[in-house]
Amino acid sequence: MEKYTLKINGKASVVSAASDTPLLWVLRDNLEMCGTKFGCGMAQCGACTVHVNGQATRSCVTPVSSLAGKNITTIEGVGANGLHPVQKAWIAEDVAQCGFCQGGQIMSAIALLKKTPNPTDDQIDQAMAGNICRCGTYVRIRKAIKTAAKS
Amino acid sequence: MKNNESIFKVSRRDFIKKSGLLGAAGLFLGVELEAKDKKEFITGSPSAVFKPNVYINIAGSGLVTLIAHRSEMGTGIRTSLPLVMADELEADWKQVKLEQAVADAKYGDQNTDGSYSMRMFYPQLRKAAATARHMLEQAAANEWKVPIEECTAKNHKVVHKSGKSLGYGFLAEKANKIELPKYADIKLKDSKDFKYIGKKTSIYDQKDIVTGKAKFGLDTLLPNIKVALVKRNPEPGPGVISVNDVAARAVEGVLKVFTLKNNPFPMGHQKPLGGVVVVANNTWAAMQGRKALEVVFENGANANYDSDAFQAKMLADVKTAGASKRNEGDVAKALAAATKTIKTDYVVPHLAHTSMETPCAVAYVKPDGSCEVWAPVQDPQTTRKVTAEALGVGIEKVTINVTLLGGGFGRKSKPDFVIEAALISKEMGSPIKLLWTREDDIQHDFYHANSAQHIEVAINAENKVTGWLHRTAFQPIGGTATPLAKSAGPGETSMGLIDNPLDIPNVSVEVVDSPTQTRVGWIRSVANIHHAFAVGSMIDQIAHERGVDPAQNLIDLLGSDRTIEFGKLSKEFWNYNEKEEDFPWQTGRLRKTIETVRQKSGWGKTLPKGSGMGIAANRSFLTYVACVVEVQVSADGKIKIPMVHYAVDCGLAVNPDRVKAQFEGGAAFAASLALKSEITMKNGKVQQSNFNNYQVARITDAPYATKVHLIDSAEKPTGVGEPPVPPFIAALCNAIYAATGKRITKLPIDLG
Repeated sequence: MEKYTLKINGKASVVSAASDTPLLWVLRDNLEMCGTKFGCGMAQCGACTVHVNGQATRSCVTPVSSLAGKNITTIEGVGANGLHPVQKAWIAEDVAQCGFCQGGQIMSAIALLKKTPNPTDDQIDQAMAGNICRCGTYVRIRKAIKTAAKS
Repeated sequence: MKNNESIFKVSRRDFIKKSGLLGAAGLFLGVELEAKDKKEFITGSPSAVFKPNVYINIAGSGLVTLIAHRSEMGTGIRTSLPLVMADELEADWKQVKLEQAVADAKYGDQNTDGSYSMRMFYPQLRKAAATARHMLEQAAANEWKVPIEECTAKNHKVVHKSGKSLGYGFLAEKANKIELPKYADIKLKDSKDFKYIGKKTSIYDQKDIVTGKAKFGLDTLLPNIKVALVKRNPEPGPGVISVNDVAARAVEGVLKVFTLKNNPFPMGHQKPLGGVVVVANNTWAAMQGRKALEVVFENGANANYDSDAFQAKMLADVKTAGASKRNEGDVAKALAAATKTIKTDYVVPHLAHTSMETPCAVAYVKPDGSCEVWAPVQDPQTTRKVTAEALGVGIEKVTINVTLLGGGFGRKSKPDFVIEAALISKEMGSPIKLLWTREDDIQHDFYHANSAQHIEVAINAENKVTGWLHRTAFQPIGGTATPLAKSAGPGETSMGLIDNPLDIPNVSVEVVDSPTQTRVGWIRSVANIHHAFAVGSMIDQIAHERGVDPAQNLIDLLGSDRTIEFGKLSKEFWNYNEKEEDFPWQTGRLRKTIETVRQKSGWGKTLPKGSGMGIAANRSFLTYVACVVEVQVSADGKIKIPMVHYAVDCGLAVNPDRVKAQFEGGAAFAASLALKSEITMKNGKVQQSNFNNYQVARITDAPYATKVHLIDSAEKPTGVGEPPVPPFIAALCNAIYAATGKRITKLPIDLG
């Protein structure tokens, strides 16, 4: 076990973890931040998506040792000061069904819109293809991204 | 307690026959209280509680707490059923709080499966809420000393005809003193007065979901909790020969390694598989520990199971007669006399559920032997029962808290993973978080049956279809529970096989026995998946053979509007647990969906080369659905789905936006099954492991747009969770035929 200082949602946290521990489990087990979800453990589904220095990152394959000095944002951090326009759009379009993957979907969508404020369908496809929704809310995810882009 | 006979009667008459007792339906009598803010006439004493039955609780503050007793896995039922109560109660939804029920028989049926939550509880919960409303009105009438006829409940208040009003909070303690009304005195609202039913309401948990606060199966935090993973035999059933756990125990954070007893095949749909358990301080250590285990597993009865070879065998088997399930006229004669015949075989592989949240549970077996569980389960009461049995305690010792489910699709009807968590907690004496990795989920599922079908059709000189022979072979769900279940049961043969509504004089429906050789379960729409694919495809083949437009052909074959009494055609017919007189099979309702979808989809419009439209229609879970899928197929065989149209007759759509969402999502789910997903087994072991090789539809594969056209109906509500899946697959395959001339007879579709 080693000690790591992580900057998560603007706050520094010290955690003890094996160096190869994925950020996902540090968030969930050490810090008891359960908004970030486990879906596959190999960056195939996007349920665990967070931002590392603003980039959409799969926390299930990101070792804690790689995060020194980086800004980590989780779904809990996104809405901390009032809902983010993407969260508002998700509500406006009634996207969620079971809701399990939606935190990761929202994190991917925010990262996309930051880089590409008015994404085309192809750009949405490219940015969101790594996030699986087994309930199949894709039509509304696309719509919500477009709604958020307009706001 | 006051006499609760009359309300008990209201609820019991329907509950008892299906689901046991409503129970505990009596009034809770609070202490005699005087409302402090009587001047406002809105609220009463904060400690006053009016609890006319197990589902409804009105506090002196005016807060109405409604119990959601069905599991929420994405259908919106946790919102929509309480919404029915809120409407009938004339409660203001903004002043309603939901509470998820623990597993308890007093709530009636909690098994959230088979798309029947709304069908079963819409009438019950309306009556329960109407009773409460009546009592509030009576309480107000007594306060004002006026006849109840002059009092009307309206938006969280009872209003007198003079215009004065009293709030529900104020009336809560008064209502406690009201005698329970007689059954005949309870009047349901007129549908024209509905404020929520039939209109869009967003799901209750929406804000929590988008902010990461919603609680799923592993989101319950308990002090001193440990994490457990289980290494299971790749072949379901047999046990462990030897374990070398030296390296596993050397992993920092690993606390204990031990063996969990196996349950030989066929073990049923509840018992856990057993295996070697690794318990650790954190998830990563448990994962590393499990990886370091060396386990030699036994071989069992299905060690030679090869799913491809078995599919080939079933394909050969359906060439000869099976057990007759329905027989009219003389199919052999019709085929012999036909001017044209069509013969086609269809195959569908094993499929896995892969809900985004894998099976998981938090369990704590306390020192006193009681057990508390927090888990995403579809069937809380069965979970409670089998967990108690596994622990050797009475069910009163087991509490099952139902979290949100990160998808279910039938997987979380099976509580094997909860029993695992409870047994591990008992062994450890501490709370346990049990995680199934995606590999665990894909390799140890209860799979959709492997299947093969053969259909032969006779067309006579007048271009009429005169004969239909349908043989099916698939592994029955029951075979997972008992070796005696060699044949598919009525619940499987009445899903798209026996219940074929086509108006054809000579029909033979046959089932070829196929032994179950792995854990087979039910997945969203169950045997309808393979049957509707074959039937819907063959109907399209008939259209082309007859030279008739496929939509018109479908209407032609359906014949005149009539009620089909399938129970008279087959003694095995099963009407989704409902009597045929209550939910008759009406071909006119299906015809209307076909005509609607034909018109709304612009059926027949000119499409560019490589594009095509396909149609199929089907009734499942008592809901009538027609579907048109539009595809674009590129030169290298890549399939895009730019548009899907559904026309749906599910009776009254209680929360129409959630009904539409089920169909949008159901199209994507069905697209996965048709285009991407396949489980294969060699030597009894699953060959796929994660989303890299068990693929499901992503945003790039799923339909780009799905339009859902609800047929306006005041009929009883019927299922919407499962019915989107069956017709979609055939409509997609028929669209591919229209686009390319290639007939799809094997799933998943491969145009490469």
